[in-house]
Amino acid sequence: MSVALRARLTALGLITPLVAFLVVFFFWPLATMMMASVTDGTVRGVMPETAAALSGWDGNTPPSPEMQQALVADLRKPVDQLAFGDAVRRLNSELSGFRSLMSHTTSAVRDAPEGQALDLATVDPRWSETKYWLAVKHAMPLYTDRYLLAAADLERDAAGNIAAVDAGASANRQIMLRTFLIAATVTVLCALIGLPYALIAASATGWVRALLLIAVLLPLWTSLLVRTAAWFILLQNEGLINEALKAIGLISEPLPLIFNRTGVVIAMTHVLLPFMVLPIYSGLLTIPANLMPAAASLGASRLKAFRYVLLPLAFPGLMSGSLLVFMVALGYYITPALVGGPNDQMISSVIAFFATGTANWGMAGALGLILLAVTTVLYLVYGRLSRSPTMVGT
Amino acid sequence: MPAFITLDRISKAFGQLKVVDELDLQIEKGEFVSLLGPSGSGKTTILMMLAGFIEPTSGEIRLENKRIDHLPAHRRNMGVVFQNYALFPHMTVAENVAFPLMMRGVSKAEAAERVSRAIDMVKLGHIKDRKPAQLSGGQQQRVALTRALVFEPSVVLMDEPLGALDKQLREHMQFELRELHRRLELTIVFVTHDQGEALTMSDRIAVFNAGRIEQLASPEAIYDRPNTRFVAEFIGETNLFTGKVEACEGRNARIKLESGPIVQASIPTDFTAGNAALVSVRPERVRLAEQAGADNSIQVKVLDTVYQGDHLRVRLAGSGIDLVAKLERKARPWPVGAEAFATFEPDECTVIRP
Repeated sequence: MSVALRARLTALGLITPLVAFLVVFFFWPLATMMMASVTDGTVRGVMPETAAALSGWDGNTPPSPEMQQALVADLRKPVDQLAFGDAVRRLNSELSGFRSLMSHTTSAVRDAPEGQALDLATVDPRWSETKYWLAVKHAMPLYTDRYLLAAADLERDAAGNIAAVDAGASANRQIMLRTFLIAATVTVLCALIGLPYALIAASATGWVRALLLIAVLLPLWTSLLVRTAAWFILLQNEGLINEALKAIGLISEPLPLIFNRTGVVIAMTHVLLPFMVLPIYSGLLTIPANLMPAAASLGASRLKAFRYVLLPLAFPGLMSGSLLVFMVALGYYITPALVGGPNDQMISSVIAFFATGTANWGMAGALGLILLAVTTVLYLVYGRLSRSPTMVGT
Repeated sequence: MPAFITLDRISKAFGQLKVVDELDLQIEKGEFVSLLGPSGSGKTTILMMLAGFIEPTSGEIRLENKRIDHLPAHRRNMGVVFQNYALFPHMTVAENVAFPLMMRGVSKAEAAERVSRAIDMVKLGHIKDRKPAQLSGGQQQRVALTRALVFEPSVVLMDEPLGALDKQLREHMQFELRELHRRLELTIVFVTHDQGEALTMSDRIAVFNAGRIEQLASPEAIYDRPNTRFVAEFIGETNLFTGKVEACEGRNARIKLESGPIVQASIPTDFTAGNAALVSVRPERVRLAEQAGADNSIQVKVLDTVYQGDHLRVRLAGSGIDLVAKLERKARPWPVGAEAFATFEPDECTVIRP
């Protein structure tokens, strides 16, 4: 074995644990969730023979006896009640009436003597109608866009065209918009507070700088849950903030600070502020100390020196800080859940609801996929916009 | 007529530490004045006060007889070249040079015209769209200089601008700076700790020590007639002998050295017989001879001879003193241990107060 080859193998061996970790705990779950969002095996799983028989049917001709017998054969098989229940729900969502039709048909099929052909039309006249078979056929394909459509509050109507769901039936779009709105608000607030803070911290020296940095870092070292819980206490109607404001006579009635958007934004801004301050601060530290005197000697007032020298140089830090805050804010779950009201829940809580509440992995995956896609697009646009800015005026 | 720039009893203290102590300095229009001194001697502080980056604790600074010590830096119209150039890393060469014009509200067309003229003058036209990080040290130096000159400042202040360049480039830039100074009739205040640089470039040199100016004079005067022991030792190399004035007649004096020998020297007017005196003789003024001469012959022994390319450096000792002589390269070789007489002309040694 040559030395070069051995060196390569050693290198590969060293990164194998990392690659394995990433594959098992990142890529594989990601791929699984993405697959779950576009596949649908509920009906196909319990009715494999029907699926085979329906694949040859064009949907216009009357239902053939083969299709009927395939369905009877599928229904005769002993089946997992839970999976069967899911399949019926799935069919019912395609066309209402399936719940009664299927329970009716199933018991009729189970009661009928084995080995004898059963005319389903006699069991229930609906089986002679094309639209019921069409609904079954529509529920058959392994790959489906229904979760993705549902995640965007859309569905396919009876004719197969994409249409909006009834108003009030679903609020995914609204929650998604709200998620981006809250994340953007928090990002802007973090930038407004973080930039001056970082500027002051970078220009301070000695213990003042140490104190300012500790004030940013300490929350970062504290558990997110603890910080959110602290805000939960502070923001109460009888909490520290309202009591203090009342004590100094600024307000007579407590400000509504908790279980609303204000509370969510306050708590999230505080929690995410370090992610804004630290990149700006470290960027500012790399700026040579004599640039500001140089600008002054060239005729720039303090304001102009700030505008044309310091701000452009702080810009990359501001941009990466904003990106960090925005991305992390998008996935927030605990803080809105604790200090927000029902209208402040973000998309993660909906995903959590589908994933852990109703075990609807398709919906959870689809919402996650849309969030990922929108975020990726925003990231690309942002990357294009935040290339080092050119100087205005030259 | 008052001087172009006047520093009037300027002091600067940082807490208890007095960095500049009641300093007076006058600079004429079109002059190249170097502030020379060891680090911590207050020379950079003076420059920063001229530029307006720090305020004097007391005293006045006047430019063309108008007080400027209360003016903020951006309204003083002084070009500053910093030690590490202080170019704006996010701007191209052209944008850096345009910056002072933009700050002064010069129209875009005129600014572009002046920038390209200035950039062409220092032969940087081919790199005007590069960022400072893509330039060599010498190029950055030239951009910094161009940026400080493009707005035609009344004074150009330079804080060790050549310190970061290698030797050859530094010598080349010294030449270019002199050339620019002559051609544009600039008034330049140049801070340096490199005596060679100060001697080469300046019209006048102010030698700084501990917050005061020890001597302010032309390079020749500074080198040949140092006022104080500090100046004599700081500029170039010198042999110093302590002694006492025995007799004086006009500018000529006889000085008895502590170690015995008697030397003839010209003295400043304020010396009288009985004054303690330091005699300073530059090594290159010392000659070696086999026979004693008329004046100033000291019997010595050769301790060491070192060939240094352009000269021979000879270490001598005898008659109770040590001294160094720089001899011509082609002088006859003096073997170690040889007996000789070190001689120097009375008007080539300086007498200063100890």
